[in-house]
Amino acid sequence: MSVTAARDKVEIGRGAGAAPLWQVRVGTPLSRAAAIGALAVVVALVLLPAVASRNLIQDLIFVFTMLALAQLWNVLAGWGGLVSVGQQAFVGLGAYALFAGVVTLGIDPVFTIPLAGLLAAVVAAVLGPLLFRLEGPYFAIGSWVAAEALRLICAQFKTLGGGTGMSISPSDLSQMIGLKSAQALFGLRPAAARDVLIYWIALLLAVAVTLGITAFVRSRMGLALAASRDNAAAARSVGVRTGRIRYLLWIVVAFATGMVGAVVYLQKARISPDAAFSVTDWTAYVIFIVVIGGVRTIEGPMIGVLTLWGLITYLAQYGSLYLVVLGIIAILIMLFMPKGVWGEIERRWGIRLFPTQRVLSRTSCGSDLAKNDLAK
Amino acid sequence: MIGLDTVIEGVLLGGVYALFALGLSLIFGIMRLVNLAHGDLILLAAYLVLSVTTVLGIPLLVATLLVVVVMFVAGFALQRLVLERVLGDDILPPLLVTFGLSIVIQNGLLLVYGADSRRLQAGAFESSSVTLGGGLSIGLAPLTALLTAIVAVALLQLVFYRTSLGRAFRATSDNPQIAQLMGINERSVYAIAVGISLAVSVIAAITFGIRANFDPSIGPARLLYAFEAVIIGGLGSLWGTLVGGIVLGLAQTIGARINPEWQILSGHLAFLAVLMVRPRGLFPSRRP
Amino acid sequence: MTALLNVTALDAFYGDFQALFGIDFELGAGEAVAVIGANGAGKSTLLKSLAGLVRNRPDAVRFAGRPIGDSQAASIVRLGLALVPEGRQLFPSLTVEENLLIGAFGGERTSPWDLSSVYRMFPVLRERRRSSVTELSGGQQQMVAIGRALMSNPSVLLCDEISLGLAPIIVEDIYRMLPRIREHGTGIVVVEQDIARALRSTDRFYCLQEGRVTLTGRPADASQDAIHSAYFGT
Repeated sequence: MSVTAARDKVEIGRGAGAAPLWQVRVGTPLSRAAAIGALAVVVALVLLPAVASRNLIQDLIFVFTMLALAQLWNVLAGWGGLVSVGQQAFVGLGAYALFAGVVTLGIDPVFTIPLAGLLAAVVAAVLGPLLFRLEGPYFAIGSWVAAEALRLICAQFKTLGGGTGMSISPSDLSQMIGLKSAQALFGLRPAAARDVLIYWIALLLAVAVTLGITAFVRSRMGLALAASRDNAAAARSVGVRTGRIRYLLWIVVAFATGMVGAVVYLQKARISPDAAFSVTDWTAYVIFIVVIGGVRTIEGPMIGVLTLWGLITYLAQYGSLYLVVLGIIAILIMLFMPKGVWGEIERRWGIRLFPTQRVLSRTSCGSDLAKNDLAK
Repeated sequence: MIGLDTVIEGVLLGGVYALFALGLSLIFGIMRLVNLAHGDLILLAAYLVLSVTTVLGIPLLVATLLVVVVMFVAGFALQRLVLERVLGDDILPPLLVTFGLSIVIQNGLLLVYGADSRRLQAGAFESSSVTLGGGLSIGLAPLTALLTAIVAVALLQLVFYRTSLGRAFRATSDNPQIAQLMGINERSVYAIAVGISLAVSVIAAITFGIRANFDPSIGPARLLYAFEAVIIGGLGSLWGTLVGGIVLGLAQTIGARINPEWQILSGHLAFLAVLMVRPRGLFPSRRP
Repeated sequence: MTALLNVTALDAFYGDFQALFGIDFELGAGEAVAVIGANGAGKSTLLKSLAGLVRNRPDAVRFAGRPIGDSQAASIVRLGLALVPEGRQLFPSLTVEENLLIGAFGGERTSPWDLSSVYRMFPVLRERRRSSVTELSGGQQQMVAIGRALMSNPSVLLCDEISLGLAPIIVEDIYRMLPRIREHGTGIVVVEQDIARALRSTDRFYCLQEGRVTLTGRPADASQDAIHSAYFGT
């Protein structure tokens, strides 16, 4: 994890050669400590299958895939202003692409995952120009309609189980790349070894998505997007063209969402249109995670996903009541703590582990120069 | 083959979709709020009418009036207590709050009423039909639904363009701050708008609940149909919304005639097609 | 002295930015007062504070003895204080006549101003009453904006830059109507950048500079130099 200390050096105040130097910083000492901590956590998680139970591994697959989906939705809606309620479209497409690749084409599941992302990206590229014609909030329902249409289309493929769905037989997955080595490494049975392999892929996706998004929101493109969200007219007047950036973001997010969908359904090994395109599972939970943790923060979804995991563990047995409670919590958070748990922590203590804001500060060299300036 | 009966069926179905759409269109037009719980609120109204008629044994017509009042008050309160706090330049908070509300209502209904399909009982009215020439007959209930939709559009049109309240709605929609200078209390105007939206939804719920079974899970689909009717018809035009509902109804019935599995999909595809060729809808408002 | 409108030590803020500093201001019934000053002097902020679009301490603004400094805009107009906003700000979805009617939305008072008396003052508006306001000329739009404010039958009419962007001859037409408004005892505050125009039609003036009153008095008593220096701060 790399946190660049100083990104752009900006010189403010011309004239005297010894003008004070100013720096735009993103990183802080705390964020560098957090980066080291995060690295340690990731290493520990990579090694975890050596000791963890299969249940824990399966739970963590859920945590990692939901974290990836939440980070993706957060960058799309929070930073990009594209409030989609139809991200289940890309989870479902990824899942169906996986089944099509593995069952009908006989491709190795691991290779099918990026192909699944590709399919989701292509569909997003086609749908984008249509949906972008809808004004802000109507884009939300438009994306939902698109997801429903895709669900109904997938239900038409009889070879993929039609409306009732189908399962991948274990034999289709027995040749999966890396399975034998995972089996040998931990002395596991094929099913458990498959979970470990999927666990690593899910972890890789979650880490890659988080790092990628952190880098994106700190980049010039991310800054341009934030500027246009705050004030579209002003951003245009300083030459920020965000249409293209948003379109690209929409496609890249669909690509990653499709891959996550493939990973989720590789583990489930059973698919149906209703489940793969479920608005509750792939969008409501995801939005809940982001709202609880904090929109427009990198840390928020991490807190959110752990909260959801805890709630599911203790409350899922209550069925509908559990969803009522989740919904009410989300509404209360939006009303009384709109920046979420992490937003509140940031506000109270000014802590940022994955800072995305730029801070202007004087360099020590610059202030020395300034002192010399005054001395003259 | 697609016969006249299919077309009639589609047009009549369109009346129900237009009724779904009116409430959604109304509050978007006035306050730029997209209520993602709209479909679930329609379902809530249907269940309230069901309870009032079956548990209290009150006749359907009286029950309707009662629930209209209840839902108007609920809408007013929803705006003043919840939505008002999140309306602003950022579109995210109101979308998330109404999405949360959708989940709460849907699962709340599931808790209270269970997952079984229900239907509103309207006695002989449900099965009566009007016979036309040429062996065609039209169900009285679907016909009433379409007529109700036409009356509802005409009434809303009247309120919007002929009353002081309607002027206040349009003025607030144009510029809320300047509207205040006219003595218009923006908060009350918004709350009344949401109240009317939910009151109209009760009418939608009844016309729908008489002709089809419903269960708690189908709210979001009602939202999508409502939305499709609004976009197909063109934003900001109430008569356009009626036509949008009819186009959607036709697309669905014609699709279903070709292959029963294609009913809903045909509606979605018709919507996407309109978005492709006429992104501002068939009858966009003349407003600048 | 009990004026109709009394402003004492008014400080106005936009967030952290202070726009007005200790303004004292008053207006009697039927009086016309000009507020002049350069761009950014705080003229519009003063009017917005009076109309309730910028909130203050309750007793910073008193209207007929009643503290209204923190009242909402919607209730202030009901008390009888109407603003013709800068840039006219008509409602584009409403016709000319509807724009006038909406002016009477909160009003219990119905005389002397109603549709027919406004049309008598601006006959051209009667001809165009079914038109959309976006089809009107700038001068006609300004007439609608003034008519709309009059429809609430205010005791005080606040006019923010009513000459902005209009041809001089149209400006004269509009200013010629001010005496007819004052006839009914309505006090008028005009905010203008065109000093000469404003001073010709008013009894007294206030000159603002950087949020403070730098000169006040009767137009006849103030020398050009005094006004110039109060205006530019030289």
